[in-house]
Amino acid sequence: MPIASPAVDQVGILDRVERITKRSIKNESKVQGLKMALNMIDLTTLEGADTEKKVIQLCNKAQHLHDAYPGLPTVAAVCVYPNFVSVAKTNLKGSNIKVAAVATAFPAGQSSREVKLLDTKMAVDAGADEIDMVISRGKFHSGEYAFVFDEIAAIKEACGNARLKVILETGELGTFDKVRKASDIAMAAGADFIKTSTGKISPAATLPVTLVMLEAIKDHYYNTGVQVGMKPAGGISNAKLALQYLLLVKETLGADWLNNNWFRFGASSLANDLLMQLVKQDTGLYQSKDYFSKD
Amino acid sequence: MARAEILKTYKIYIGGKFPRTESGRYYTPKQDGKSLGNICLSSRKDFRNAVVAARNAFGSWSNATAFNRSQVLYRIAEMLEGRKAQFVEELMQQGSSKAKAEKEVFAAIDRIIYFAGWCDKYSQIFSAVNPVATSHFNFTAPEPTGVVSVVAPEDTSLIGLVSGIIPVIASGNTCVVLVSESKPLCAVTFAEVLNSSDVPGGAVNILTGHTKELLSHMASHMDVNAFLYARGDKKELLEIQKQAVENLKRVVHYDFSDVYAEKHQNPYYIEDFVEMKTTWHPIEKIGASGSGY
Repeated sequence: MPIASPAVDQVGILDRVERITKRSIKNESKVQGLKMALNMIDLTTLEGADTEKKVIQLCNKAQHLHDAYPGLPTVAAVCVYPNFVSVAKTNLKGSNIKVAAVATAFPAGQSSREVKLLDTKMAVDAGADEIDMVISRGKFHSGEYAFVFDEIAAIKEACGNARLKVILETGELGTFDKVRKASDIAMAAGADFIKTSTGKISPAATLPVTLVMLEAIKDHYYNTGVQVGMKPAGGISNAKLALQYLLLVKETLGADWLNNNWFRFGASSLANDLLMQLVKQDTGLYQSKDYFSKD
Repeated sequence: MARAEILKTYKIYIGGKFPRTESGRYYTPKQDGKSLGNICLSSRKDFRNAVVAARNAFGSWSNATAFNRSQVLYRIAEMLEGRKAQFVEELMQQGSSKAKAEKEVFAAIDRIIYFAGWCDKYSQIFSAVNPVATSHFNFTAPEPTGVVSVVAPEDTSLIGLVSGIIPVIASGNTCVVLVSESKPLCAVTFAEVLNSSDVPGGAVNILTGHTKELLSHMASHMDVNAFLYARGDKKELLEIQKQAVENLKRVVHYDFSDVYAEKHQNPYYIEDFVEMKTTWHPIEKIGASGSGY
């Protein structure tokens, strides 16, 4: 059955985002929002230069964000390459923090179905709780939507109990209409989450693109009753922006999506900015990066 | 036909750009009952943004070679020389006589040239090779302190500002300056000079506004490493020193009441905002006649 996606009202989307960015959130609501955002982070390291030690370090950071500030939540997950899943798993034992792995020839997705399935299987077998796959953007642009759909469905099957996040790489899709189309395909094929970006392409996540995807999730929910999560990733490095994302989610999908089962931030430096803002709220002093652990 | 008068919009200078204050507020200082213009009334958030810009600029400015920094400082003086008429005019607007205004502008240019010359030389006179009893080559050299909050003098518009910030940036520090509240015009125009002088955006950030409102944030910000207070109010200085304790800011006080004096031109002004790093470098052995280096 072909998937019919509605056209996106670009002017309307940009206008809504513009209004969101003019809001100000202060005092108790800000503290609440900052803590919520912290709890939604997929703390990520996806570098060619990653080592086991770096992953161990990151797992430590995930569990001890800033011990000087009592009562902080942990992040939602740690996101790594498949070969580091077992290391991450071992080092997060006893915590509620999930391990997410990127798979399917991340970030380009240019490989055969066999390799992508093996890649996924390897991560799942190593104990990954979540799989972040990339779609084949080349096939998508060639109009081979069935191929993209089948691929997502096949990976979903290979995931077993692991939750599947489908990365659309919106920076390579070009228009809001294509983002909407890709979102609809991914959700119809069984995605548990749709995700904006790999973080390797600029632009990565933006508020307008996220809003387009949230609208797609809303329509999917009304049509099928199935709840799908959202994960903007890449380029979200400050607390103010994170709060704006939360506003978008609240106003588009409602409070049901405002927890880390249904909303995530893919980020690495965001955590420290959130922490700095929290401590600022607490002490009244503007903070410095010098007093927060890097990874 | 008479031309319509084009009045200048005085804005603040953050990260190499000229934004208006995020607060949207302004104040109107007066000279002899005549308005000097609508001047931005900067808020603590402008200051916060300026510190972020200064921190970002610190890497490239402190890593520039000393010789390059010297050239850039010299360039500031060149640009100021080219626009001296405008500065003289603004100083007269703010109550100077023509002769006094010219004296101030020339002194400012000369002072920049003076410190430009020191950029690649101060480290020679402040560093040392230290005698040690082990087989180490032990030496001490100055490095810039980091981001500096500067409160420029209230009674002069240009010379006090220049005398304060030029030695601070000569060693590679970056700074956020709060300028004279009653005489802010030259500071804003000086920002335009900096902007055309190859000084990286963010190395110097210039704010106008009420001292009372900004002082405690300038003194307490954890990402500011040092504070230069160039006014005479001892109560304010005490307040700064108290607030600076939290992250052990270096607080320096200058008395610029005789700012033209020869004594204000010396490399110790640069030394006030550097940290001394001592390095122990292993060497093979110490010979019978003394150390091997």
